[in-house]
Amino acid sequence: MSALLQARGLGKRYRGRWALANCTLDVPAGRVVGLVGPNGAGKSTLLTMAVGSITPTVGTIEVLGGRPGSGAAQLAKVGFVAQGSPVYTSLSVADHLRLGARLNPGWDDAVARDRIARLGLDPALRAGALSGGQRAQLALTLGIAKRPKLLILDEPVASLDPLARREFLQDLMEAVAEHGLSVVMSSHLISDLERACDHLVVLVASRVAIAGEIEQLLATHHRLTGPRCDPADLPAGLEVLSASHTERQSTLVVRTEVPIRDPAWTATPLNLEDLVLTHMSRRPTEPDARHQLAAVR
Amino acid sequence: MSWLTWRQLRLQAATILGALLVLAVGLAATGPRLAQLSSAAAEDFLNQATNDRADSWAYLVGVLAVLALPAIIGVFWGAPLVARELEAGTHHLAWNQGVTRTRWLVTKLGLIGLGAMVATGALSLAVTWWCAPIDRAVAAGEGNGGLLTQARVTPVIFDARGVVPIGYAAFAFALGVTAGILVRRTVPAMAVTLGVFIAVQIAVPLLVRPHLVAPSRTDVAITESTLQGFRGSGPPGPGGHVDGLLVEFDRPGGWRLAARTVDADGHDVRSLSSSLADCLPTSVEAPPSPAAATDPRQACAAALAAGDYRQRFTYHPASHYWPLQGIETAMFFAVALGLAGLSCWRIRRLS
Repeated sequence: MSALLQARGLGKRYRGRWALANCTLDVPAGRVVGLVGPNGAGKSTLLTMAVGSITPTVGTIEVLGGRPGSGAAQLAKVGFVAQGSPVYTSLSVADHLRLGARLNPGWDDAVARDRIARLGLDPALRAGALSGGQRAQLALTLGIAKRPKLLILDEPVASLDPLARREFLQDLMEAVAEHGLSVVMSSHLISDLERACDHLVVLVASRVAIAGEIEQLLATHHRLTGPRCDPADLPAGLEVLSASHTERQSTLVVRTEVPIRDPAWTATPLNLEDLVLTHMSRRPTEPDARHQLAAVR
Repeated sequence: MSWLTWRQLRLQAATILGALLVLAVGLAATGPRLAQLSSAAAEDFLNQATNDRADSWAYLVGVLAVLALPAIIGVFWGAPLVARELEAGTHHLAWNQGVTRTRWLVTKLGLIGLGAMVATGALSLAVTWWCAPIDRAVAAGEGNGGLLTQARVTPVIFDARGVVPIGYAAFAFALGVTAGILVRRTVPAMAVTLGVFIAVQIAVPLLVRPHLVAPSRTDVAITESTLQGFRGSGPPGPGGHVDGLLVEFDRPGGWRLAARTVDADGHDVRSLSSSLADCLPTSVEAPPSPAAATDPRQACAAALAAGDYRQRFTYHPASHYWPLQGIETAMFFAVALGLAGLSCWRIRRLS
C-alpha cells in the first residue's frame, strides 16, 4: 500500500520568499492527519501542492503514489476543500450536486442527497444564501460524495463558530468511519483537530517542526521538573526543547525515546496543545535551515 | 462539463440573446420596406433612404451592433471566465473535481467560443441582409457621399458585414479569457480586453487589411472634367503651395488607399507648387466671381494636360471584398487559436 503523502526536500518559493522549505514527510495511508501551524507557516502551500494546484519549486511530492495534478485519475483519488470552503454563490445546492455528478466519474449521488437531507439544507437554496457552516458542509458534501481515497481540507473550521466546528468535525469523522477515508486537514489551532486526528504535522516558519503519530509524540515528550541544572549536563538521548529556570529549580520539556529513570527529575506527560506550542515557539536552528535561508538571500 | 458551462453562462447568454432578438425583430420589420423603396425609388433610393430617419437609424444601429457585439462578448463572456473563478476561489472547487483543468478550459473555450461565433454570425447575417439594397446601390455608383453610401469594402463598414465579425468574435472571446488568466482579476481583465480589442479594431484596417490582398492600381488622366480641386497651403499666387490634386475616383464600391500625381513617365510629380499656385482659390472670405474663378482653373487644367499628369490611385476594388473578408477572418481565427493555446498552457501554472 502506497503512502498517503510522501515529500522529499519539498519547497515552494514566491517572489524570493520561501513559503515552504526543505519539507520531508512520510505519512502512512489510512490516517487522519492534522496539519498545524501559525498563520503563514506554509500549511496552505503544502496542501495546494498536495492537490497539484501549485507546482513545487524544488523537491518532490507524491500523494497516494501519484504525482499531484498529473491527470484525471489522480484528481479522482483526491478530494479538496479549499480555505473558506468556496462554492458558487449563484448556484443552488442542487446545482452543486449536479455539478459534482457531472464532473466526477465515481460520484455517489445517494450519499450526497442523504447528507444534504440530513443537514437540513434546502436543495433549491442558492449557495450564496447559506451560512458559513452550511457552506462548509456543502463543500464537504461535494468532497465526500466524490468518493476519493483522500480528502484534503484546508482550514475547514476556521470560519465556523464553536458549535458548528464541533458538528462539522463530528460529521467528518462519521464519514471517515463510513467510507474509510484518509484525511489531511489543517488548522492554526491544535484544539480543533486534537479529537479528530491520529497523526500530526506541525509547520513553523515554512518548515516541518515535528511530524508523527499523536500517540507516539505524546509518549516521547515529557516535562521534567528538578533541581536547577545546566541542560548541557543531561544524559545523551534527551533533546531539550525548552528550558526555564528559577533560583533552585529547572523545568525542561524534552523529547526522548528512552524512559526517564533519574530520580532527581519528576516527569509529567505533556498534553498535545503544550507539545505543539513548545515546538511552535522554538526558533528553527537546524544547520540546513540557516543554509537554505542564506541561499535565498 | 457542458452542463456546468451552460449553467454558469445562462444569464449572460440570455441577456445577449434577448438584445439580439430585439434587434432582429427591428431589422425584420424595416428590411422589406427598405427593399421596396430600393425598387420603387431606383436611382434616388440612397437619397430617400438617407433622408428617412428610421432607415438611417436602423442602418447605424445595425452597424454599431455588429461592431460592438464581439467587444461585449470578449468583456462579459471572456474576461470573467477564469478571472471570476480565481477571485471567488471557486477554481479550487472546479479544478478538484474529476476533470482536469485543461479539459475544463478547453470545454468552456470550445462551447462558449462557438456560441459567440454563432451569435455574432447571426447578427452579421441579419445586418448584411438588411443592408443588401444599400450595398447594391453603392456598388452601382449611386452614392451621394452621405451616411449610407460607404462602400462595404471600406473600413468600419467592412467590419460590420459578412463573415469577418465571426473572426472578431472568436478573437475577442479568446482575448478576454487570456486577459483574465494573465491579469487574474475580473474588472482589470475586462478593461484590458476592451482596450486591446478596440486598438486592434482600429489598427487592422489602417495597417494590416490594405496588405492582405495586393491592392489594384489605376491611372486617371487629369483633365478638366476629372479634376475636382486642389489641396494647398499659403497665399494664392507666388508663395502659395499646392500639396496635391483632388481627382475624381471613378471606382464605385472601391476602397481608395492612396492617390498621387505622376507624370507621363510614371514618376511622382514634386514640382506642383511653382506651376499651379495660381489655381488656389483666392480666399475663403471673398470668393472670386465665377468668371474670375473659372479662368485660372482652365489655365491650370491646360497646364496639367501639357504636363500629361495623371492621378495614380492605389485601391481595393469591390471585387476584393470577399478575398479580404476570407483572409481577415482566417487571420483572426488563427490568432484566437493561438490565444486559446496560450490560455491552456498558462492555466496549468495558476494556483
